[in-house]
Amino acid sequence: MSKITIAEISNNLATGKCSSVEITQELLQRIKQQDEKINSFITVTEEQALAQAKAADELRSKGQANALTGVPIAHKDNYCTDGTLTTCGSKMLSNFVAPYNATVVDKFNQAGAVSLGKLNMDEFAMGSSSESSFYGAVSNPWDTERVAGGSSGGSAAAVAASFIAGATASDTGGSIRQPAAFCGLTGIKPTYGRVSRWGIVAYASSLDQAGVITHTAEDAALMLNVMSGFDEKDSTSMQLEVPDFSASLNNNIEGLTIGIPKEYFSQHLSAEMQQAVAEAIKEYEKLGAKIKEISLPHSQLAIPSYYLISAAECSANMSRMDGVRFGYRCEDPVDLHDLYVRSRSEGLGDEVKRRIMIGAYALSAGFYDAYYKKAQQARRLIKNDFVSAFNEVDIIAGPVTPTTAFKQNEKTQDPVAMALGDVFTVALNLAGLPGMSINCGQINNLPVGLQLIGNYFDEARLLNVAHQFQQATDWHLKSPAGL
Amino acid sequence: MQWEVVIGLEIHVQLATKTKIFSASSTAYGAEANTQADVVDLGMPGVLPVFNEEALRMAVKFGLAIDADIHKVSVFDRKNYFYPDSPKGYQTTQLYYPTVGMGHIEIELDDGSTKRINVTRAHLEEDAGKSVHEGFGGSSGIDLNRAGTPLIEIVSEPELRSAKEAAAYFRKMHSIVTYLGICDGDLSQGSMRCDCNVSLRPKGQKEFGTRAEIKNVNSFRNVERAIDAEIERQMDILEDGGKIVQETRLYDADKNETRSMRSKEAENDYRYFPCPDLLPVVIDDAYIETVRQTLPELPDAKRQRYISEHGLSAVDAGVLSANRELAAYFETVAESINDYKLAANWVQGDVSAALNRLELSIEQLTVSAEQLGYILKLIKDSTLNNGGAKEVFNALLDGKGDGSVDCIDGLIDQLGLKQVSDTGAIETIVDEVLANNAKLVESYLATPEDKRAKAIGPFIGQVRKAAKGVNPQVVMEVLQKKLSEL
Repeated sequence: MSKITIAEISNNLATGKCSSVEITQELLQRIKQQDEKINSFITVTEEQALAQAKAADELRSKGQANALTGVPIAHKDNYCTDGTLTTCGSKMLSNFVAPYNATVVDKFNQAGAVSLGKLNMDEFAMGSSSESSFYGAVSNPWDTERVAGGSSGGSAAAVAASFIAGATASDTGGSIRQPAAFCGLTGIKPTYGRVSRWGIVAYASSLDQAGVITHTAEDAALMLNVMSGFDEKDSTSMQLEVPDFSASLNNNIEGLTIGIPKEYFSQHLSAEMQQAVAEAIKEYEKLGAKIKEISLPHSQLAIPSYYLISAAECSANMSRMDGVRFGYRCEDPVDLHDLYVRSRSEGLGDEVKRRIMIGAYALSAGFYDAYYKKAQQARRLIKNDFVSAFNEVDIIAGPVTPTTAFKQNEKTQDPVAMALGDVFTVALNLAGLPGMSINCGQINNLPVGLQLIGNYFDEARLLNVAHQFQQATDWHLKSPAGL
Repeated sequence: MQWEVVIGLEIHVQLATKTKIFSASSTAYGAEANTQADVVDLGMPGVLPVFNEEALRMAVKFGLAIDADIHKVSVFDRKNYFYPDSPKGYQTTQLYYPTVGMGHIEIELDDGSTKRINVTRAHLEEDAGKSVHEGFGGSSGIDLNRAGTPLIEIVSEPELRSAKEAAAYFRKMHSIVTYLGICDGDLSQGSMRCDCNVSLRPKGQKEFGTRAEIKNVNSFRNVERAIDAEIERQMDILEDGGKIVQETRLYDADKNETRSMRSKEAENDYRYFPCPDLLPVVIDDAYIETVRQTLPELPDAKRQRYISEHGLSAVDAGVLSANRELAAYFETVAESINDYKLAANWVQGDVSAALNRLELSIEQLTVSAEQLGYILKLIKDSTLNNGGAKEVFNALLDGKGDGSVDCIDGLIDQLGLKQVSDTGAIETIVDEVLANNAKLVESYLATPEDKRAKAIGPFIGQVRKAAKGVNPQVVMEVLQKKLSEL
């Protein structure tokens, strides 16, 4: 089987070319044979998947199918799934079975999508390489010696390897866009508040947003149509009508203004990357878009602000992982203090501990004003940069990452270098804006991502602009060799 | 040295919402452990809080009742600390932007004067669960039924100057929150808990002394006793030239002493920051006005009205207005006979005595306000005399009758309490008494004119013995007439 898209599968199912059970069986087989070298799944829910596929085929035979009915997907392992493991890639939750579904999981179940299991990730979504998982690193299907990106590395790798047609993912500082870029895929992080966070294990609550990784913008639109919308269980989700994201994909983008932030073409970006991104922008010119250089003057504040705010929120969010009510508990605790200290010391990995410590420090008495408060002020400036920019342009475009996928273990001993890799992605999360990554080229057989940034709740336009690029080019159709 | 006592109270009030502040679990007291805790209360991974607006309405209502600034924007913060009864590892509270700002109440002092006590703030927060240390073979159990129960924490200015004032303040707050219907006021179930900050300073000194905080005192009596014990402890130390350590202390009611729980150094750095899962709470004037419309008449206003409009004494007015249910009972009685003083005498007298004797609250009393009102009406129209009224009241207390007002007439007939005011009938009884008590008549006639008023007493006793329900006034008139004719 070659590259599979949701649109194709949906079409094949609709025309009776194949059944959901057949596709599901085939993909489960494929995962069995090939995921050993990719390590994209933490849990494969074979029985459940087949039952869902059977149910989906029945729905279809009754004429009750929609675009996602019977389509094989999988969820990032920080999405709680009722009755199956939700580990967040951590020893701490290695035994955790939630008695509830994330709202997004519920929505896909209701749409009749077939979930093949739970996808590997950086521990608690903290990382940019999917190497910090308790279940081992995820390999990039384009080059298995390289990382798939993170934290949604399992989501990206599983789609790139065509184990599934699309995956849910989450993005706190680039965790959808960066792995999508590293694996040559389409990834979208919607506006903060567009999708419910209920049941998605929190890393940094004011930054976390659910999204998807797919092959195409068309597929991403199909998935977002299912998962978006207000949820009364998430106070930060927005009470706003959700458009049909598929309906506007083919809108003409002639006359559209695309802003290019000069700060994104800095020393961080290699010449080859600059070249690839510049080519993509030229493509948009050909499509009739107007290109305009803009400035996001506070861009350099994004990384430090992000790493303070996300760590601060993480330090509190991780406190419930205490070994008392669920999850890993150390053996034979002598008293309460020992239970806390050892359960957390043994159950959490280095990167998570590092962020908890940074966050606790940034919030502690005497440091709050200098760190957390200052970071929030910087966040406001960063947001204002974007708000001003969107007075002049419709879309902002730039690179997703400074480099293509790096080698495994290359940055694990250098957290600062790892953090700097997020330089182009974190600002969006701080501002709450929607962003995408689409494949726009290759360097040494490794995919290059183009980042597209939209205005608040303007995902429809973002998907439209991405789709138009994919109509005009074939980067999104390229598959990793050997798989 | 002369010492001045400085006290500030922090009172935690459990709000009487049906469900918790951030989840849909019930707040009812006394259920089996952990049956009223859902995944939000348990702090499971991935779950999110949703603010219960009923708690906001109650907090605003409280703010209006103490004439406080109501903040149009309030923000929930996370207060970080590890403890098993705090399942998320943080408490959601309001540090920087509480819903209720500066307000004030009046307390009544022993000499009958009042004193204004300023309230710094009142913020919304969630209650913790409970650790259970017995019955688990050396381990501890956790009951999270209480976790997430909405609280307002009411912080006073350090303006209380004695344990008595502190107790009066606590009582007044109890009175206000129960009047407002925002708290059931049941101290035995922990519905109101008090932290007392106590310090001493040399009289005349401006700076505060070092304070100790006594945690979780939960009765009016214990607030007074705990503070007095703490004052004594601090005074002993200071008089000996020692220094007070800033610390948290616990009150042991059995030993009547406070003891150290933890020192300031051992206290957590709570690392407060705004909770990113909850939006700032924004309200407008229209909302505040809507809540204002629901404010009942409050104890101070009632007390004032009883005094100025109905001529009650300050003491009667204070007692009758302090408890919402008692005041409601009293007013129903008073309105039905249009006589506040008679109603006050009865409610303060026979009713209060019965409540004390039987250890009942006013809602549990078997004599309804309507029944008492009817009894008093019968006194006023001379159908009953005072003694007869008491007998009817006691009969109702004993559970006689069916609880209705209508049953009272039958009861009076049954007990033969109907007052006889018919002069002819009374003359017959008086004639009989005079005929049967020749000795009394003799001694009466021997009494000098100016002392005869007193000497008439024994005849009245004899008449009432002969017929219970006689109208004492008519008896007096007939007796005087008959005796003067002798």
